[in-house]
Amino acid sequence: MMANMVNAINSALEASMKENEDVVLLGEDIGKDGGVFRVTEGLLDKFGEKRVVDTPLAESGIAGTAIGMALAGLHPIPEMQFAGFMFLAFGQLINHASRYRSRTRSSLKVPMVVRTPVSGGVRTLEHHSESPEAYYSHMGGLIVVEPSTPYDAKGLMIKAVRMEDPVIFLEPTKLYRLFKQEVPDEPYEIEIGKAREVSSGDKLSIITYGTMVPLVSEVARKKGVSADIIDLRTINPLDEKAIVDSAKKTGRVLIVHEASLSFGVGAEVAARVAEKAIYELQAPVIRVASNSFPYPFPGYEKYYIPNELKVSKAIDRLLNS
Amino acid sequence: MLSKIYSTEIDYLQILDENGELDKALAPKGIDSNTLIEMYKGMSLARAFDAKVLSLQRQGRAVTYAPLLGEEATQIGSAMAMGKNDFFVPAFRQHAVYIARGTPLHLLFLYWKGYEEGDVIPKGVGGTPIIVPVSTQLPHAAGIAFAQKYKGTGNSVVTYVGDGGTSEGDFYEALNFAGVWKIPLIVIIENNGWAISIPRSKQTAAKTLAQKAVEAGINAIQVDGNDVVGVYKATKDAIENSAQGPTVIECLTYRMGLHTTADDPTKYRSDADLEEWKKKDPLLRLKTYLVKNNLWDDGKEKEMAEEQAGRIDKAVEEAERFVPDPKSMFEHVYSFMPDVLKQELDESEAAGFWQG
Repeated sequence: MMANMVNAINSALEASMKENEDVVLLGEDIGKDGGVFRVTEGLLDKFGEKRVVDTPLAESGIAGTAIGMALAGLHPIPEMQFAGFMFLAFGQLINHASRYRSRTRSSLKVPMVVRTPVSGGVRTLEHHSESPEAYYSHMGGLIVVEPSTPYDAKGLMIKAVRMEDPVIFLEPTKLYRLFKQEVPDEPYEIEIGKAREVSSGDKLSIITYGTMVPLVSEVARKKGVSADIIDLRTINPLDEKAIVDSAKKTGRVLIVHEASLSFGVGAEVAARVAEKAIYELQAPVIRVASNSFPYPFPGYEKYYIPNELKVSKAIDRLLNS
Repeated sequence: MLSKIYSTEIDYLQILDENGELDKALAPKGIDSNTLIEMYKGMSLARAFDAKVLSLQRQGRAVTYAPLLGEEATQIGSAMAMGKNDFFVPAFRQHAVYIARGTPLHLLFLYWKGYEEGDVIPKGVGGTPIIVPVSTQLPHAAGIAFAQKYKGTGNSVVTYVGDGGTSEGDFYEALNFAGVWKIPLIVIIENNGWAISIPRSKQTAAKTLAQKAVEAGINAIQVDGNDVVGVYKATKDAIENSAQGPTVIECLTYRMGLHTTADDPTKYRSDADLEEWKKKDPLLRLKTYLVKNNLWDDGKEKEMAEEQAGRIDKAVEEAERFVPDPKSMFEHVYSFMPDVLKQELDESEAAGFWQG
């Protein structure tokens, strides 16, 4: 089928619910409304109120009850309406979802997939445009994935629901309906922890993910530069091998993400490149990201998020150094 | 127009008073002499366990510990009311619940020695491990109760929170979800009067903690938390009614000891308070009743104490035989070992970083 990312995730959720009767969706407005982005549209009709649960408006409650469901053998897929609201559930996810397995030496598990829209560029109100991937990745214990295509979104979701780990599934709002591509009707898996080679080249490596993947690809295409473009897809655990192999191959590394620069995923990627490939580098690593302050109001976001010019200049700088 | 649209009342229940008088009319059906003796033995074992961990901690053989002294009736009364397949979701002071529900003692000692392996609670016990951040276990309990309803098991979930915990957002959120979902959840508020140094009076202006259930549209009752029979009955009733929905039970008890071994209560509370509560000691009143009714004597007390001390010592020995394997820290983070973690493990092993 031709599907945008919303269709693809919807199709993955439906397949997962058919495959496993312990899968339960819960969240705010996910039933009749189908979620504010319509990702769960139609699932209430297909599976009923028992399995598609409209919850009270309380993010910590949603995450915490989902953890309990998972401990008791269900496989919940809670939806957090926006990543900015999800911070109210941060304690539950960081303190509990991440560590039930390790603190009980695998005698208890938290199989669940927490879905939330992330990142900006769509002129929404405050707290609707955050990119929180680094926060959820930092401590360990939570798997963090962020697809940039409908195909990857479906495959990663199917895989996430077949695992017995807590997965934070980040869905870039801007990419929900940006484009359609051919997506198989039947379930298929994309491996967690494996990056995707968007394009192969030899002049530089661009390590990116989420909203920046189409932007970076477009800049590279326009410039006609031979770039290894790597879409991480999984933030934690990081596909270090893909990053380091590419860095060694091209000798020049650019990291691009929408989350703010300081202490971000780019720092982690750059550190690993430095540890494993510094003698193969021809130039210092460059990071392109949003600025190091909280996400601005929609009127200012175009000055905040990396744009084509910023990426293009960084590529020029990298190739000329 | 001005009209009254809602009002409510909270009942208070006491069956065994502080003088050891049992209100026979209120005593639950099926509670016989043997049950009362079991309750006494359960509370005594918990108190002996408590004293043991406290002593081990003072010797440097256990980590920071939260003693339960004085709260035995709340914990044993509720734990004994649970059915075989019911679940319990404690906070961090409910050692008596773990013991009464059949958690092997050496695991508890292992936990308080600071090892995750102590959290490997056998499946049949039906309990989740200790939760330290206050009240965050309540949504988990609600989720577990949701799963019981979803799967139609007919089992209930009993969870515990302190008086301080009732100020947390997760407390209200869990109650609210439970009310909407009408799930088989029983929330025991173990109101021991103190949240470290903050007295109950500074925790909330609400007259009772039980009435906080009213905001979520669920049943509530307040019980003398040092009355093991009263707590037993309230819990039993709540479990029997759990197919209709959740219940909150506020148990009025008193933390006769420390918040934790890192705490010094003389900084914030008077001895006079403690002396008053010693008269209401949960073990004392049940023993008075048992002795008065020729169900207990010094000989039985001595026999029980020796048997329990033996069990405890054996469990401590078993826990102290445990040898930690640092590799286990890496092996249970995910369902698989990511390459990046494997590198850290290999480095530590190869370089011999794990010493001592």
